[in-house]
Amino acid sequence: MSRTRRRVLPLAAAVLAGVLVASCSSDKPADSADGGPSAAKESDSKQSKFFDQGDYERQLALAKATPEGPQDKPWEQMLEPEMQDTAKYKKKGSGGINLCFSNAGVFNPWRQVGLKNMKAEVKLHKEIADFTVLDAQGKDDKQISDIQELSGKNCDALIVSPNTTATLTPAVKQACGKVPVIVFDRGVQTDCAVTFISPVGGYAYGAAAADFLTEKVKKKGKIVALRISPGVDVLETRWSAAKIAFDKAGLDVAEVKFTDGDPSKTKSIVSDAISRHGDIDGVWMDSGATSVAAVEAFEDAGKDVPPITGEDQQDFLQAWKDKKLTAIAPTYPTFQWRTPVIAALQILEGKQVPKTWTLPQPTVTQQNLDEYLQDGMPPLHYAMCGCADLPGYPGAWGKK
Amino acid sequence: MTAIRTEAAPKPARRFTRRRRLRFNDPVVGVWLAAAAVTLLGWIVVAIDGGNLLSRTGVTGILQNSVALGLVAVGQSAVILTGSLDLSVAYLISIGTLVAAETMQDGSVFTAVLAVLGLSAAVGLANGLIVTGLKVNAFIATLGMAFILRGWIEDNYTGPAGKVPDSFQRLGYDRIGPVPVSVFLLAGVAVALWLITKRTRLGHHMYATGGDEHAARLSGVRTKRTVVAAHVLCSLCVGAAALFLAARLGAGAPWAGTEARYDLESIAAVVLGGTALAGGRGGVAGTLGGVLVLSVLDSVFNQLSVDPFFKNVVRGVVIIAAVAIYARPRRTTPRRQPA
Amino acid sequence: MSTATAVLTGAGRRLGTGAPVYALLVVLLAALAITEPGFYEPDSFLAFIKRAAPLVILAAGQYLVIVSGGFDLSVGAVVTAGVVAAAEFYGSFPDAPWVLVTAGLLAAGAVVGLVNGLITTRLRVPSFITTLGMMLILEGAVFYWTGGSPQGTLPEAFRAFGRGTAGGWLPWAVLACLAVGAAAWWLMRSDFGRTLIATGDSERAAALAGVRVPRVRTLAFLGSGVAAALAAVLVAGFSGVSAQAGRGLEFEAITAVVLGGVILGGGRGSVVAAMAGAFSLQALFTLLNLQGVSGALESTVQGFIVIAAVGLGAADYGRLRRRRTPEESA
Repeated sequence: MSRTRRRVLPLAAAVLAGVLVASCSSDKPADSADGGPSAAKESDSKQSKFFDQGDYERQLALAKATPEGPQDKPWEQMLEPEMQDTAKYKKKGSGGINLCFSNAGVFNPWRQVGLKNMKAEVKLHKEIADFTVLDAQGKDDKQISDIQELSGKNCDALIVSPNTTATLTPAVKQACGKVPVIVFDRGVQTDCAVTFISPVGGYAYGAAAADFLTEKVKKKGKIVALRISPGVDVLETRWSAAKIAFDKAGLDVAEVKFTDGDPSKTKSIVSDAISRHGDIDGVWMDSGATSVAAVEAFEDAGKDVPPITGEDQQDFLQAWKDKKLTAIAPTYPTFQWRTPVIAALQILEGKQVPKTWTLPQPTVTQQNLDEYLQDGMPPLHYAMCGCADLPGYPGAWGKK
Repeated sequence: MTAIRTEAAPKPARRFTRRRRLRFNDPVVGVWLAAAAVTLLGWIVVAIDGGNLLSRTGVTGILQNSVALGLVAVGQSAVILTGSLDLSVAYLISIGTLVAAETMQDGSVFTAVLAVLGLSAAVGLANGLIVTGLKVNAFIATLGMAFILRGWIEDNYTGPAGKVPDSFQRLGYDRIGPVPVSVFLLAGVAVALWLITKRTRLGHHMYATGGDEHAARLSGVRTKRTVVAAHVLCSLCVGAAALFLAARLGAGAPWAGTEARYDLESIAAVVLGGTALAGGRGGVAGTLGGVLVLSVLDSVFNQLSVDPFFKNVVRGVVIIAAVAIYARPRRTTPRRQPA
Repeated sequence: MSTATAVLTGAGRRLGTGAPVYALLVVLLAALAITEPGFYEPDSFLAFIKRAAPLVILAAGQYLVIVSGGFDLSVGAVVTAGVVAAAEFYGSFPDAPWVLVTAGLLAAGAVVGLVNGLITTRLRVPSFITTLGMMLILEGAVFYWTGGSPQGTLPEAFRAFGRGTAGGWLPWAVLACLAVGAAAWWLMRSDFGRTLIATGDSERAAALAGVRVPRVRTLAFLGSGVAAALAAVLVAGFSGVSAQAGRGLEFEAITAVVLGGVILGGGRGSVVAAMAGAFSLQALFTLLNLQGVSGALESTVQGFIVIAAVGLGAADYGRLRRRRTPEESA
């Protein structure tokens, strides 16, 4: 047996070498002249380890700006848009549109609500004949393959929700050469996409929550900051903006802890903080999934719940109303999942879209709480879904 | 020290005789047949749905998706053969991509490759020494190592870092016909591991140690050294996987290894490939078959747009069913203990 | 086996398998007392036990499987699936009595354990693979069913068991923990316990001595499944609806059992020590939290301590173990 193998090996090697010479090809985008400057730009934005003064100031300004577009449809609004021409992408010929979507995954309720929005938005448009979704299940490697697969599948437009900022850049660049690409939620480090859609951003989110606390909590008051996990870019910006606000207002950040998004761990951390510091004057959270657990930790310890920040998740809004909390809920709205479909259709019609489509990022406050709190929605639903006018609402979003 | 010899101890004496008998009973043949069957069935189902599983992009996708898991699983086979296991691979991959991308940003590709392989070897050595020297069960030792590496990542990185030069990214994107070049990296590593396990003294010692550690020691095998060597080999494979992923991702990513659950997935692939979890039986060839089965399944699900949660159900069933089938023929052996 | 070795091994078993974990627990509790002077006030100490209860119960269940020579990697998924399924169920039937839902969860846990046990013993699939597959199946199935996240809320009546107190001061979770502890202790003293350990020690010898090995091992899995379901009820009560309630709990439970000096592979270790291991692990988490070890480095410290503790435990008894092996394989 080993003798035959020895004879086969050189043959195989020869064949292989032949194949190598004959058919070497690459899926990597060709390195054109613009490779140089774009590479330089990327390393610039990275130096500051996620805090970027320019971005920070721009976001805080945008948060105060008035958006253009229909007021009752925030998912069609845009902030300070710079419109561009898309005539070259106009779909030729008739026939239905084949829209494709490479999704990072549905590994959390935010993404689940978002995908429901997107699918329902697709149903609104009869001209979309086919909507193909590939789910990368949170794996960068798989999403790269998914994008490659989709760009070879006769899609008229490709929507990408990247799993990670930096790592999907090459794949998106490659797809840009074949099909108009729309990126949303997280960005990629290339501007080859026709449009990039996202709400104002993490700095504005973190600042909105922190500013509320600096207003409600006396100077030197003790703040507990609860973060999901380290190393997530969109969450790092939220915290860095909050830190600036707390430092400026002279609040005492007594604890900064990572909860892994686990309510049980959150409850333990907050209980420990209460027994350690006695009184906590404010709780800041970088996202809402665990706010109710934090509220309960105060209740179980027999304390009043201090001013607390959350997100637009149903369970928190419900607790806020039922327990008359002093609270605020900045949002990272799930209605942004509707926008890419709308943008894709506009691009395929050759209508103008902004290069960077910045959506408004509303905040739930005491004044508008009742507007967003819908009875009977599931606890992990996101209220800022802009989904009330979509087909199938509210049953498809889980209302019983 | 033995890792998870929890089920009935295998009988090393019988191993050699059985290996020569009836090839169809051999899990390696079985898993490759299964891979072929899954591909054929998948092709038919996808064709009915109006797609083509084995189109050019389809084949490239299947092969490409096999590479990272394949590299890890091949390494995992080495430790599992020896009766140990490694749960730290996922975090090691993440660190590997970060170190690779950061070194490549400032230095040369060559230094980066050396740095990653050096780091991997060190982690493997540490794993091996904890398992053999401190006699900590491999499950706990490598789980502890995973926690240590996790802390290191979380303390030092706040997201993707570094940049991989375009020249090195070719490893992740080039292909020859439908075959990605990275498949040759996997093939090279797999052949090397196959040669080591089947053709060298170290390899025989690995099988002997995994089969019955005590008997191996009595017959003069330095079992501790063998286990350490297996861990180092495994980590080197993981290092290779990290380099590949860095090439593919173009940057280092702190979650590259954990989000894809390479720890449990690689063990599943190894077991699917017919390697006994208790050690001593199986090998690299079967593991590659196991990886291919998982990868083809993934591709079929992708083509059919199956709900990602439902995929997990099918995967779980497939893994249990496969191992149940491997375990079945041996039931006829009268001396076999119940599991 | 000579009498001398038998006596030695026996002594080693009784003293050895638990001693290091009790020392570890004492050290950790002392460190907690120094870090946090208020820790031993009844309220906060009871709160600590309440928090540890799910892990302790999981550890007791996991012990049954490990000591009989297996693994149960599905317990984390049972907890997640249990919490999500309860919420989903309450979404459709908001007025279901809590007793019924709790009993239903425990029964479902028993079924999962039974299936694990039958696949492992009847189909001869190693338990690591059985329960790994079960983990994928349970997580996939429950989220497939609920579309990713549960669509109901858990009413206070159901949550009281994990959150509330009896008589205003004694948390129900502490009572559950004590009850499980007592039951497990009693179980391991009974004939069943002895056959379980004998099975893990040497299946062959146990089978020759007339033990119905598959039945005993299946019962162990069943026990672990019920324990996991009980933990799910407590976790659901403690912290409410979550789609990731049980994440990583399987590894924590196994670590706890091993910290307790129970040998993976079966045959040795006491259930009380396993539960002490769970308390130690929870004490370690609390200590790391209170010490304010930089959030990110926490897991590194945890990794070192676990390896060191198990290494120390192994070092004490390695000699005895080596002596035992040749006689058994002879």
